[in-house]
Amino acid sequence: MASTAIHDSAVLHQHDDHGHDHGHHKETFITKYIFSQDHKMIAKQFLITGIVMAVVAMILSILFRLQLAWPDESFPLLETFLGEKWAEGGRIKPDFYLAIVTIHGTMMVFFVLTAGLSGTFSNLLIPLQLGARDMASPFLNMLSYWLFFTSCVIMMCSFFVESGPASSGWTVYPPLSALPKAISGSGTGMTLWLISMVLFVASSLIGALNYISTILNMRTKGMDMWKMPLTIWAFFLTAIVGVLSFPVLVSAVVLLIFDRSFGTSFYLSDIVVAGQILPNQGGSPVLWQHLFWFLGHPEVYIVIMPALGITSEVIATNSRKPIFGYHAMVYSLIGITVLSFIVWGHHMFVTGMNPFLGGVFMITTLIIAVPSAVKTFNYLATIWRGNLRFTPAMLFAVGLVSFFISGGLTGLFLGNAALDINLHDTYFVVAHFHLVMGCAAIFGMLCGVYHWYPKMFGRLMDERLGYIHFWLTFIGAYLVFFPMHFMGIDGVPRRYYAFTEFAFMQEWLTVNVFITWAAIISALAQVAFLWNFFYSIFYGKKSPQNPWDSNTLEWTAPVEHLHGNWPGEIPSVHRWPYDYSKPGHHADFIPQTTPFSETMSSNLLHDFEGNPDAEHIQQEWDKEHASERHTPEQV
Amino acid sequence: MENLQVEDRLNLKAKKFLMWLFIIASFMMFAALTSGFIVYTEGNAERGIKVLLPKAFMYSSVIIILSSITAHMAYLSAKGLQLGKQKLYILLTILLGIAFFYSQFQAWQALYNSGAYFVNYNASQSFIYVFSGAHLLHVIVGLFFLIYALIGAIRTIPQVRNVFRMEVASIFWHFLDILWIYLYVFLLLNQ
Repeated sequence: MASTAIHDSAVLHQHDDHGHDHGHHKETFITKYIFSQDHKMIAKQFLITGIVMAVVAMILSILFRLQLAWPDESFPLLETFLGEKWAEGGRIKPDFYLAIVTIHGTMMVFFVLTAGLSGTFSNLLIPLQLGARDMASPFLNMLSYWLFFTSCVIMMCSFFVESGPASSGWTVYPPLSALPKAISGSGTGMTLWLISMVLFVASSLIGALNYISTILNMRTKGMDMWKMPLTIWAFFLTAIVGVLSFPVLVSAVVLLIFDRSFGTSFYLSDIVVAGQILPNQGGSPVLWQHLFWFLGHPEVYIVIMPALGITSEVIATNSRKPIFGYHAMVYSLIGITVLSFIVWGHHMFVTGMNPFLGGVFMITTLIIAVPSAVKTFNYLATIWRGNLRFTPAMLFAVGLVSFFISGGLTGLFLGNAALDINLHDTYFVVAHFHLVMGCAAIFGMLCGVYHWYPKMFGRLMDERLGYIHFWLTFIGAYLVFFPMHFMGIDGVPRRYYAFTEFAFMQEWLTVNVFITWAAIISALAQVAFLWNFFYSIFYGKKSPQNPWDSNTLEWTAPVEHLHGNWPGEIPSVHRWPYDYSKPGHHADFIPQTTPFSETMSSNLLHDFEGNPDAEHIQQEWDKEHASERHTPEQV
Repeated sequence: MENLQVEDRLNLKAKKFLMWLFIIASFMMFAALTSGFIVYTEGNAERGIKVLLPKAFMYSSVIIILSSITAHMAYLSAKGLQLGKQKLYILLTILLGIAFFYSQFQAWQALYNSGAYFVNYNASQSFIYVFSGAHLLHVIVGLFFLIYALIGAIRTIPQVRNVFRMEVASIFWHFLDILWIYLYVFLLLNQ
């Protein structure tokens, strides 16, 4: 039996060569750049698709900002570009307004901040930071990208159908979304939205399964769970949240499809459309909200947790200090993961839900402030008295912390069931989630792009353009979203085409003009990023192997990309990833691959995790070198 | 070379783990459907199953339990290098799977005849079709896994791979078994 096994795995290896290129398999343009199974190429595919989607969604946001700021003015240019159907006389039509608000939300939440963020950095960093040749299943990984791509294409196609894209908001609440006759956006556009989302869920699920399996099974020698960088912890827990919550959306969507196309009544009851009474009876629209928000709320943690992980890594590296409270960081991520599943009801306080249930959801919601605050304080404590290096990546990381605080604080108001009666569905909500999950997550993503760009493309991005990009975006984003809090407190409703029609809200028009100008400026700032990103792929300064003097494993891999990541053996890991500025060591960083035997002058007894032999050897060494140690010039 | 072999071995382990994760994901889907049922049905006294579940569901349960046993026999024979037996048991499992399909259709027929239609103002009854339909979709996937394992056995692929395919197929098939029992018991309790 044993001999069969050995013989077989030799055969198996040769068989497997198609999937696993160890250098003697010829790659064509198609297998290298298009149907690639290499995790690094798939990461780049996710990133570039995500950026394209982000640009589209950003242009949509500028379009509806124009409408909000100048509801009575005409922009002939809009008619030229959008045609008579959507912008007759240069004014955006109400139907199209609802459509672009919906698609802006869908694209940003799912395509940019879920696939673009998790897809890019989980794919890039999981194998590289853990010391694996590739993902558990490179084929499924490729499938995950192409499902995502197809879902993007289908979503874009909905702009070109007769009745326009889906327009019942990104949460697609029935009955509006379930009745094709209700509004034009609930016709073919809604069908395409549902198909696109099903493909997207399949893509994220396949991706998440791969991430979890890779993290649990394919770590290199020495890399136990507590030596993993916080990025990996964040991706791991994000993937777990995805596996547990996305299938629920599929269930909800399946029932919605039956209601739309087969005449069932899961969500529909007592409806009159255009004077006609519909036959559907007995359904419950709140059922959709329960199912949707059981995904929808974990989804916002799917969006923010990878950004938090990336930030931990970047802040520690650029403060030249160990991350403050590594274990606390991990436990608070775990806490957020668990809590994310028991808070969905706070989106439904005013749906007529049992007030007792509302109270329970309020308590669980407010508890999330605890792990979030732990993370925030740990970031600040890491920065505190660090040797700060303000690279563009570091600025974006600090920007994330800022948005996470200012957006998180308003979460305390919204999580309160009583205050929510006043605040729900106003601009206060818009301001809250755009700061805490929109801006914070996109800053995390940009931070990751600037930091790992050398790993992806072997070149550096231009720093000056990076600084321009950061400051304009950072200030612009605050100017856009901060005033919205005040509008919300005054009761200005979200999603309205022209709320200035109401007399008491007319005074907000000037604020809207201000916000729109701020939005235009922040959008223009992204041009600096796009130019920087695409120009540097070809003409950027060549990057050294470890440009940021970082500890993690990905910087030990050669700059030239190999399928399999490391030539020869995979490096093994001896220490945690945050040994920055360790007293007694000559350099201010010690890579994870450096064994303790090479750093005798800086080892501390607790580094050995209670191994008596190692402690003994260290104590002997310390005694012999007592005179050299702790001399001031050594640091 | 030796290293690469070890890595391949580890990869198979990681790939098998993918199956367990997939099972968790699809269990979540059914958990969502069944909790949706509870939320819906509890909302109003007029809702609820309100018909006797067809006998055919009972036959289906017996069939799928039997198929689970044959799937396990196939796995044991694969491990013991008895390829002939393995192929036979896989075939048996596939046949039982198809019989399960037939029996479920019979059940739908019986439901339809008793007035519990899919398009229904009492969506609790529509849910029965959704549960069993979503489960049948999974059975189709399970059949593909079994056929894939069967092809492997026929082509006498290397033993590690053969056992791997067989194991993945049988893990999934047992899951389908347990899932159906869960759904059936859930429906019985809410009858």
